[in-house]
Amino acid sequence: MSHYVTALIAICHREALRFFGQRARMIAALVRPLMWLFVFAAGFRAALGLSITPPYETYISYETYIVPGLCAMILLFNGMQSSLSLVMDREMGTMRLLLTTPLPRWWLLSCKLVAGAVISVLQAVVFLEICAVYGIRFSPMGYVAALPAMFLCALMVGALGIALSSTIRSLENFAGVMNFVIFPMFFLSTALYPLWKMAEASELLWWICAINPFSHGVETIRFALYLKADPVDWAITVAAVAVFMALALWGYDPGKRTMGRKG
Amino acid sequence: MAGLVVDKVTHLYAGRSDHPPALDQVSFSVDPGQFCALLGPNGAGKSTLFGILTRLFAPKSGRVEVAGHDMSRAPLKALARMGVVFQQPTLDLELTVWRNMLYFAGLHGITGRAAKLAASEALDRLAMVERGSERVRDLNGGHRRRLEIARALMHRPEVLLLDEPTVGLDAQTRADLVAHVHQLARDSGLAVLWATHLTDEVHAQDALVVLHWGRVIERGVAEQVGPELTQHFLALTGGLTGELTGERQPA
Repeated sequence: MSHYVTALIAICHREALRFFGQRARMIAALVRPLMWLFVFAAGFRAALGLSITPPYETYISYETYIVPGLCAMILLFNGMQSSLSLVMDREMGTMRLLLTTPLPRWWLLSCKLVAGAVISVLQAVVFLEICAVYGIRFSPMGYVAALPAMFLCALMVGALGIALSSTIRSLENFAGVMNFVIFPMFFLSTALYPLWKMAEASELLWWICAINPFSHGVETIRFALYLKADPVDWAITVAAVAVFMALALWGYDPGKRTMGRKG
Repeated sequence: MAGLVVDKVTHLYAGRSDHPPALDQVSFSVDPGQFCALLGPNGAGKSTLFGILTRLFAPKSGRVEVAGHDMSRAPLKALARMGVVFQQPTLDLELTVWRNMLYFAGLHGITGRAAKLAASEALDRLAMVERGSERVRDLNGGHRRRLEIARALMHRPEVLLLDEPTVGLDAQTRADLVAHVHQLARDSGLAVLWATHLTDEVHAQDALVVLHWGRVIERGVAEQVGPELTQHFLALTGGLTGELTGERQPA
């Protein structure tokens, strides 16, 4: 087996062992979106009226609308958790072990990214199962089609997390950056309200939501669950993965300024 | 030649151009089978040098060669022939000893039966086999260090780098570890670079490189050991006795 594949398997295996060893993390990751679904959605349903916009062909409940957004929320929070673990790994030293592995850095970071994305998608799948039990169901093929969409969205937020982790020196700073990245990214997206609803509130907000790559990640998942696809959403999400990954690789380049900065 | 070659390595941290370089024209080499003690007080530049030797970052100028491979031209070949024990612990505390070993084997492209064999041989060499199923969090400091050394040897490197590996260990464990790595260098022909600020970890026949303010101020064979070496070192660097010998300093 190629050395590259062996390293990928080893890194994915380690992430899986760590994840399943921490049941509390799995429960915490699910509690947040379930709170939105069971508590907030019930209240918002009364306040928000939804019109029929693609991919929907009929009126839907607010709970049904936010399920794809909550899947993306799981991916976003888990992606940031993975990058938080990179900062911790660096403080702990395990990152140095990874970076002294005789493989190109782009591959090692890609392995980390893929491993984190797989774990994120697994959590989102568990969430979709709970939604199905609650009564929000999609077609069986819709679930299958959502897998690559969720994986792509997970790669996007994961790559952003790795890029951020290369610039953050301590866990304390990380908490601050999270507030400036996670919350705006989530709330200024189509996860909780459709884009046209934002336009009613403010044109500026509409623009921010429309260019937020996370919105396009959410929409790829939403459309995929109904066996549809908007090429623009896919293209923007793929482009965002490429840009964030390029930034991440630049951030971890040994010849770069910050890597040679006294820590 | 094989072993480790450090040739005119100079490094200046970004944004610190008004400071003297962290490393200034540092040159020395470690031959196969040789134990080289890199001695220097805190702030001498040892950690910067280790960052460069392990390719965490590239030096501003100079060359590093590991087992005949240039670190800037053939970094993957150089890294493949190098084992590293970092000052910070780099073990996964939640995983077992055995899982930590297999993770490292995977990173180095060793799989299946070969990985299990390499892991058990390396653990055996450090008398850690019977602890294979224990979680690393449950091991004491000495055993964790031994595990890290075992892991660093699993891919049969030709050069072993250790950055102050005895930090936080009691005197007996420290002495055992120092003796063990000396024996490793003798028996298996490893080129060992052992960074420390404690003179009692140096044996008389060891190669010695003294680093101070980022410069090599002495290079040769230790010859002196114990208090004699401490005094000599103090004369060179003007440090505090307690820091160099590992004795507690009065508060």
